[in-house]
This record gives sequence, structure tokens and C-alpha cells, in this order.
Amino acid sequence: MKSFAPTAIVIAVLAAVPLVVQSNATLNFLVVTLMIALAGQGWNILGGYGGQYSFGHAAFFGTGAYVTAILQMRYGVNAWPGFAIGIAAGAALGAVIGAMTFRSGLRGSYFALVTLAFAEVLRIVASVAPITGAGVGTLMKLELGARTFQFQSRAAFYWAILALVAVSLVIAGLVERSRFGTWLVAVRENEDAASALGVDARRVKTAAMTISGAITAAAGCFYAQYFLFIDSGIAYGTWISVEALLTAIIGGVGTVFGPLAGAIVVKSLGEATRLLIGDAPGLDLIIYGAVLVLVIWIMPRGLIGGIADTRKVFGRRKPAATSIEKVGHG
Amino acid sequence: MLSAAILIPAVLNGLLMGAVYALVALGLTLIYGVLHIINFAHGALLSAALFAAFFAFKLLGLDPYVALFLLAPLFFAIGYGLQRFVIGPASHGDDRNMLLVTLGIAVVIENALLYGFRGDTRTIDVPYAFQTFNLGVTYLAVPRVVGFVAVFVVALALWLLMTFTDVGRAIRAVAKEKLGAQLVGIDVGHVYAMTFGLGTACVAIAACLLIPTYYVNPGVGNAFVLVAFTIVVLGGMGSVPGAVIGAFVIGVVESLSGLFLGESLGQIGIFLIFIVVLLLRPTGLFGARA
Amino acid sequence: MVEPLLAVDNVSCWFGGLKAVDGASLSAPPGRITALIGPNGAGKTTLFSIISGFVRAREGTIRYAGQEITGKPPHELARLGIARTFQIVQPFVGLSVRENILVGAHLHHRARDTALAVADRVGRDLGLTDMLDRPADTLTVATRKRLELARALATEPKLLLLDEVLAGLNPTEIRDIVPVIRDLCRRGITILMIEHVMQAVMSLAEHVFVLAEGRVIAQGAPAQIAQDPHVVEAYLGHGAAAKWGASHAQ
Repeated sequence: MKSFAPTAIVIAVLAAVPLVVQSNATLNFLVVTLMIALAGQGWNILGGYGGQYSFGHAAFFGTGAYVTAILQMRYGVNAWPGFAIGIAAGAALGAVIGAMTFRSGLRGSYFALVTLAFAEVLRIVASVAPITGAGVGTLMKLELGARTFQFQSRAAFYWAILALVAVSLVIAGLVERSRFGTWLVAVRENEDAASALGVDARRVKTAAMTISGAITAAAGCFYAQYFLFIDSGIAYGTWISVEALLTAIIGGVGTVFGPLAGAIVVKSLGEATRLLIGDAPGLDLIIYGAVLVLVIWIMPRGLIGGIADTRKVFGRRKPAATSIEKVGHG
Repeated sequence: MLSAAILIPAVLNGLLMGAVYALVALGLTLIYGVLHIINFAHGALLSAALFAAFFAFKLLGLDPYVALFLLAPLFFAIGYGLQRFVIGPASHGDDRNMLLVTLGIAVVIENALLYGFRGDTRTIDVPYAFQTFNLGVTYLAVPRVVGFVAVFVVALALWLLMTFTDVGRAIRAVAKEKLGAQLVGIDVGHVYAMTFGLGTACVAIAACLLIPTYYVNPGVGNAFVLVAFTIVVLGGMGSVPGAVIGAFVIGVVESLSGLFLGESLGQIGIFLIFIVVLLLRPTGLFGARA
Repeated sequence: MVEPLLAVDNVSCWFGGLKAVDGASLSAPPGRITALIGPNGAGKTTLFSIISGFVRAREGTIRYAGQEITGKPPHELARLGIARTFQIVQPFVGLSVRENILVGAHLHHRARDTALAVADRVGRDLGLTDMLDRPADTLTVATRKRLELARALATEPKLLLLDEVLAGLNPTEIRDIVPVIRDLCRRGITILMIEHVMQAVMSLAEHVFVLAEGRVIAQGAPAQIAQDPHVVEAYLGHGAAAKWGASHAQ
């Protein structure tokens, strides 16, 4: 039975970082990296383990962000329950979109398209609806203190996001070890064969999307608390849909640590680019897009997946020639 | 508000706009029909083509309708190259990977445009931009009418290509039965690349037709292409008549809903149609069974 | 007469304009092996797909263990005890052999430990013990067939639908797998098999249905079927039965 020791070790090591690193700039970089890792882990549950590639995960990120921001600013709800409700909203949205799309049997390209469409609709609505501040966006009132989840020190924010990431790692681990996870992976590999073995593919995929939505929404809630300003482009923009899926793919889809590894790589690349070439709009995304293509080309299983593959290669016979069978599947 | 004087121009303009949508949608549906993937880079390529048309005018002094004959083959080559040398090899034949690769390319192109040319909106000034045809009932902008006619010319050209040339036959063969086509010696990689090139050329032509009356910035392509997605889904993935008819329908719907709901919400109308069609009848009105 | 475990009654379905299955009826008595044979394109796999819930029958009913199951989706049927293998084997490519079987085992066992134990046991029964840790995509065709069988068995079915499980196997491999199938029957599993390998059909099946152009054209014991002129005609073409009969008369 696989243990949670690696997760515990990783979290412990990461938790010690603020004790060593004092620079605010570095801590800020790490906080953002962990936030993206969280968003990516959400995507990973549905896309990595479930094989359903969503191109619109911004829908969950933005919903988490807006729900918690609006609840606090317009309805005086406290930050902590606001956060929880934001996560719940993400879960609910995942359940709804999942129920609709998987009931229609949408897969592959169509699924990617429809998730993209949902994110776009939400973005447009947020850009005109008065409740979100429309074009101006929503500004959160600065009120430092633990009560309002606006910590004085950056280290506190770091530990907060680390805690959330830790929870997401545990969730991924639990999924891997559970019947649900086995079924989810089976659906990813071959939905028909899985159905023949008793797996209710629709239910499984919808559940995956619910969990996925919740985790990515948490990242959105955190964004709102950390940056204190969101607008429709930030909350529901393509940037987060791309970064979420990119971290999972680079790091390794369907692995526990993939999104975390991927986020570190992605954000480091972004930072390196910024330092070398300067801060220009679009530059980091150019690199991300190119990296996405390169990773798919050269290491489709990502970093963590690639390591697992290398380990397996040493105990493995040559695969049987089955090109006809492969073609038969097409 | 509902008087004929307002409705008729709205419908007519919708049809004219629909023509340009049709061109974009044609490219998309062609690629889907043969490669069976949704080309997420389509919008970015449209943006790139718009910029190309813009610079052809600004730097080379080429009128868009002239630049069309330069840009169409150029973008055909770009599309061919992309599929043959990047998308094809990078995806290792896996559909899911192809999705991601086209997404990656889209992100690169769009942001390269953003980085290179900033986000400002540009337009060009051509003498006929504001000329109109007087139809009695209403006035129709010349560029839009030209666009409308051009679409039918392109559609006809494509049909002729598909029906009477070897290339067209090969494309149809691959679309229908890839394995069989391979077995009779058709180079599927080449056919895929040709198709992608044709789809991209359509986009270049659309850009040249659009630019006299439209604006250029890195995000425009995306806005267009999401509408194109809606059209292709509505008309049926892989169906050429579906794309054309769907385009006109959407053009009119957009024009009318823009009239009643204002621009932004009009956009939502299209997306909602998109989602509803995807959920209820993903194969569209004319599409083959999924 | 024992009540059949599976009773397919007058089932029809269309693909486009073609009537793929045309008023087909068959039954499978419990604890026995029943075969479904017929020339290529007869609609056998389509009929299987209807029985296992992947394709909807436009007409007709299907009864299983006394209840009507027409139109139920595959995962529900699996829970009721109907398992099927696919003509073109479909292992979960990214998973190991054990993990493949595990998916089936999980149907009736929620806890991973128990399900793993069941998977190991089923794997052992089918001679896969040495390969449990191997990735499924490194197996030979014959082994994949065993894996397909193991996966289906792990769901503890009462009715097993085998779709050309012997296709692609050489005589030695066939000789090895036939006793495995017979053994399943001895354990009480009802088997309905589509098969082209006539020798296996003759030696395994107690009752045979012949499907041609979507219709059941004959049924009976294997020996009977082999002599039936309609069957010969369906396989060998028009007039073949007469010629065959004529040459036999000499």
C-alpha cells in the first residue's frame, strides 16, 4: 500500500522554506507558484486522472474568486466562510457542467470546446454584470489581519497556500488509492471497456469534475485574498486555463506531484524570461505555449511521468508489435 | 424598434457578416472533417493573417483585395508547414495531444502578436471602406458585399478542387477512411498538411476581406473563431453546406441580438446557442453521426 | 425444461438504412455453453452489443434471470452479472495487468486490498501470475485475450459473452484456452460465445445458433448444424448446399 510519506516529506520541506528565505520577492514568487500548482492539481484530477481535457478551468478559478470577493464586499460575510463557500461554488459548478456535458456524452475535442465556451460566457457576464463591478472589477477592502484572511506577513500567506496544496496532494493520493480513482483511470483509458466492467462512466466523470472544480476554485479564492483585486480578465481569462493545464502536463498528468513540479518549472521559466528579456505583455505565455508543444512532443508523460517510465523501462520487455490492433481502435 | 427600416438592414448586414464567418468556419470544418480534430489555433491564425494584411497595406502599399492573392498561398504554406512539421510529429497521432498542441500553437501565435505589436487596435484606410451600394431599402457597405461574393467564389473553388482534382479525391478518401487510403498508397501526412493549409488559406482570405471594415488586434481572431466554432457545431462538424448555412444563420442572429441586446450580451447569445447545441445535438444540423 | 438465463426475443436494430439485426431470437440455458456462429457481417457482434447494452434494440426484448433488461446501459448489466469480452481486445493500455483485472474486481469489492486479492486470484486462474506487474501493452495477442477474459471474470459474472475470444490465436494457443473456457462453464458460469473456429465450437458448445444477414437461420446441436443445408448455403454461397449434397450422394 503506497504511503503518504513522500507527501509529508515534501510538505515539511516546503514548510521550512520561509524560515530560511526572507526576501519578499522570493516569497511572493513561491506563493504564486503554489497557487498555480493548486489550480493545476484541480485540473489534474479531471484531466490527468480522468483524461477529460478541460480548456476552460478558468470557470472554476474565477467563480471561486468572485464568490468569495462578492460575499465579503457586498454581503459582509467573513473571509473564512467566504472562502469555504467559494470552494463549494466551484464544486457545484463542476457538478453542473459535468452533469450537462457528460450526459450528452461529450468527449475529446467537444469537451474541450464546451469548457472553453463556459469559461468565455462567464467572462463576458462578469465583464458586464454590475455585481462583479463590470469593467472596473472588484476591489477588496484592505483590512489586514487573520480574521479577514489578509495576513500581515507574506510567510503567513505562504503557509496558507501550502496548507491548501497539501490538502490537494492528499486528495490526489486518496483518489489514486481508491476504487473511485481506479474507475476514473479506467474511464480515461477506455470508456467502453470500463462500462462493460460495471463502471458508471458518467457518474465517475462528474464526480471528478466536482472535485476538480472545488480545488481550482480554492486557488481562485486564494488569489482574491492575496491580490485583493479581480476583474473578468483575471478571474476568467485564458491565462489561468492555460497555466492550470500546463502545470499538470509538464509535471506529469495523472500523478500526485505532477502539478507541483510543473508549476515550479512553469513559474521559474516565466521568471527567468522576465529577468532575461524584460517584462512585456504576452512574453511569458509565448514561452508557455512553446513549452506545451515541446513537452507533448518530447515527453508526453511530463516530468514525473517520465521518471516513472524510466524506472519501468529497466524491467520491461519490448512491446509486442500491435500496429494493426492500434489501428483497429481508431 | 421593429420597423422594417431597422430590421432589413440588420438582417442584410447579418448575412454579409455571415459570409465572412462562413469562410472562417469553412476552414475549421474542413480541418475537422479530415483530421478529426478541432483546430484551436484557427483564431490565432486569423489574427496573424489580419496583421499580415495590415502590414501588407502599410508597408507594401498593397490593397487588401490584392494582398489576398499573396497572403492566401503564403498562409497555405504556413498551415501546411505547421501541420506537417509541428502538429503532426508532436502529437504522435494522439487526438488528445493534437488538441493540446494546437492550443499551444494558438497561445504562442497570439502572444507573439501581442508581444510584437502590443495590444493596440489598428485599422487601415482604404478609399472604398465607406462606399456603399444603394439598394433602395438600405445601403450596403461595398467591402461587405465584396466579401459576400468572394465567399461563394471560394466555396465554389473548394468544391471544384474536392470533386475534380486528385488532391481533392485524396482528401476525401482520407476523410472517409484513413486506413483504406493508406493502404492504397495515399500519403496521409501530406493530405493532412494540405487540408490544414487549405483551412489556413481560407482564414487568410477571410482576413483580407475583413480588414477594410474591421479592426486589428491580437484578440480579434479569437472572438471570430469562437463564433466560427459555434457555426461549425451548429452546422455539423465536417459538413461544408452546414458551415455555410450555419454561418448565415449565426450572422443574422448576431446582428439581430446585437440590435436588441447590445454588443456584449449579443456575444453571450452566440455562446449560449453554442453550449445548447453542443449539449443537445452535438452532431449539428448536417453533421455525420459522431 | 430449465428456464434460460438469457432470452433474446425478436430483436432488431438498424444502422443507417441497413437492418443489422432482423428479428433475432436466441436463448442461453444456465450453466451451459451456447454458440452463435455465422458468416462475416451477419450481425453477431451487433447482437452482442445489443445484449450487453452498448447498442439499443429498436424492436424486441431481452430477458435475463427472469427480468427484462432491454435498453439497460452496460454498467448496470455488469452489476447484474453480465460480462463481455470484445472482439478487438481493449486492455487498459496505461495500466499493468493486475491493475486491469483490478478494475473488474472492484465491481463487487470496494476495498482495494480485497479487490487486489481477487485480481491476483483471477490472474492466477488464467495463468497470468508471472505477468501481473507488466504493463498491459507489452503482452502478446494470446495473453491479451487471457487478460480480457480475466478482467471480465473478475466481475463475478453469471453470464459471460465471449466475442471471438479465439480469433488470432494459433492452434497451440487455442488448445490451451479451450479447457479454460470449459472450466468456467463447470464453475457454473453460463457462456454465450461468438466463434469462427469451428472445431472449438463443435467441441465446446452444446447448442448453436446460426445468424446470417441479421436473422437466425438455424439452431440445434453442433452436429445437426453442420449438416443443415441452410447453414452451408449461408457460409458457402448460393447453390453450395445442393452441390455438396450432390457430391455426397455419389
